[in-house]
Amino acid sequence: MTGGTGGLGDMDELYEAIILDHYRSPRNTAAVEEPDIDLEVNNPFCGDEFHIQLKVEDDAVSQVGITGRGCAISQASASLLAELVKGKSASEVESAVDAVRRLLKGEEITDAEADILGDIEALGGVRKFPVRIKCALLSWVGLGDALRDHLAK
Amino acid sequence: MSDSTSTAGSRAFDIDAIRADFPILKRKINGQDLVYLDNAASSQKPSQVIKSLVDYYEQTNSNVHRGVHTLSIEATDAYELARTKVAKFINASRPEEVIWTRNTSESLNLVAATWAEANVGEGDNIVITAMEHHSNIVPWQQLAFKKGAELRYLSHNDDGVIDLAGAGSVIDSRTKLVSATHMSNVLGTINPIAELAALAHEVGAVILVDAAQSVPHMPVDVQALDADFLCFSAHKMLGPTGIGVLWGRYELLDAMPPYMFGGDMILEVTYEDANWNDLPYKFEAGTPNIADAIATGAAVDYLTELGMDNVWKHEQELTAYAMEQFLSMGSVKVLGPQDPALRGGVISFIHDTIHPHDLGTALDQQGIAIRTGHHCAMPLVRSFDVVAAARASFYIYNTKSEVDALVNGISETEGYFSR
Repeated sequence: MTGGTGGLGDMDELYEAIILDHYRSPRNTAAVEEPDIDLEVNNPFCGDEFHIQLKVEDDAVSQVGITGRGCAISQASASLLAELVKGKSASEVESAVDAVRRLLKGEEITDAEADILGDIEALGGVRKFPVRIKCALLSWVGLGDALRDHLAK
Repeated sequence: MSDSTSTAGSRAFDIDAIRADFPILKRKINGQDLVYLDNAASSQKPSQVIKSLVDYYEQTNSNVHRGVHTLSIEATDAYELARTKVAKFINASRPEEVIWTRNTSESLNLVAATWAEANVGEGDNIVITAMEHHSNIVPWQQLAFKKGAELRYLSHNDDGVIDLAGAGSVIDSRTKLVSATHMSNVLGTINPIAELAALAHEVGAVILVDAAQSVPHMPVDVQALDADFLCFSAHKMLGPTGIGVLWGRYELLDAMPPYMFGGDMILEVTYEDANWNDLPYKFEAGTPNIADAIATGAAVDYLTELGMDNVWKHEQELTAYAMEQFLSMGSVKVLGPQDPALRGGVISFIHDTIHPHDLGTALDQQGIAIRTGHHCAMPLVRSFDVVAAARASFYIYNTKSEVDALVNGISETEGYFSR
């Protein structure tokens, strides 16, 4: 057994400082009053679950609240998502969700998309840990579907 | 194979010699020695079992029960010999009581679709424990929906020990089936099967035992348990994937309708009708999993030579050692019985700050394989107010120094996440 964190190999690529920060201090965890979108997402493979609430005003996300139980990756990802979507229009959110999907799969994202994602790029480290991609995507997948449904109303 | 029916074994329990039989234990994972602690999910295979598969395909491969040529005769003999070995391993009264299936799940589904379909009616009830694997919950839920029957649960205390005193009021005159895990794949609890069998038989019900976690690890005697059905999978006991066993009492199996229809399971077919072959073939439609059945026989030989008493003793020692280490850590809570004597070598635990998946990834980086998640027992894991747990489970090739590696690995991970 190697001493220190040396024995932990590539862990730093998965758990970048920004990820650990969002995991320890998740943003936007307060409940939203009378949300327009209120959904529970869960990963039946691991049991992780999140409760996502959004208020949409003038076609833009005005409030967001996410709470749940999950690993560091799924919690940090949910917190990063909450920060990103605030103030964004539905179509901007959909584009961001699409960019995150490609980022996690190791596909190219444009410089413009990278600017929008900001800190979220840190989630890209999950590429080396394919089994954890589901953790990083959990809250994003649910959000894309919910927004699509809300727009269709 | 020894002719003795003793569970004492003919080979010394030499851990170094045992480890040398498992080629995969030489692998490096992320640059570290593999420490394989996910045996409750699937065990590793000794070269004796792997060689049995290769020998079959290189020397004997042919279809069974069909030809008069040499290969078919040899394949049939080897296939049936494996059945006989399994029958003896669990002390079945005759080999025809051993039905080959794909796995424990298929064995359970077979009983649900045939025996239970014919014997459970509206207003009847099926009794299971609250610590079952999904495969011993969902078939009964579905059957209960379909028949208008009731699915009842036996409760357990905070330590995961069945409330046997309360079982007498759950099992009643309308109970047709009691189905219980012999050893919980989450809590490690060893359930009082013989006592539950007595309660079931008192009211004319039958008892089914999910022995997926017990047959690989301890001596199991279907007659001493007074069981009616018992199911397990080969891949958790050194054997190949894709093959399992349903054992049932001859009279019950004989009276049951077939599960699948096709070749091998018929006695006579006319254009108008068909009638069924004798046991066990009535339940083995189509070309069976010949190679894996034979390799299961090799796995049974391996365990028999070691002696199931010795296998159990080794795992009890490891479990007691691991429980002691875990409890002294302070940061982990072990689910299930705290007394090692009441449990098997399956230790599910919850860390007070690190989520099981983060722990699983960090341990994998150190070459240590554990299971994380709900362990196919969602209602049970959620009853502890968590969504997931980590689980280490032992087998014949695990050592105390591997338990130490696990404990060190958890400490390293704590250090990493508190930096």
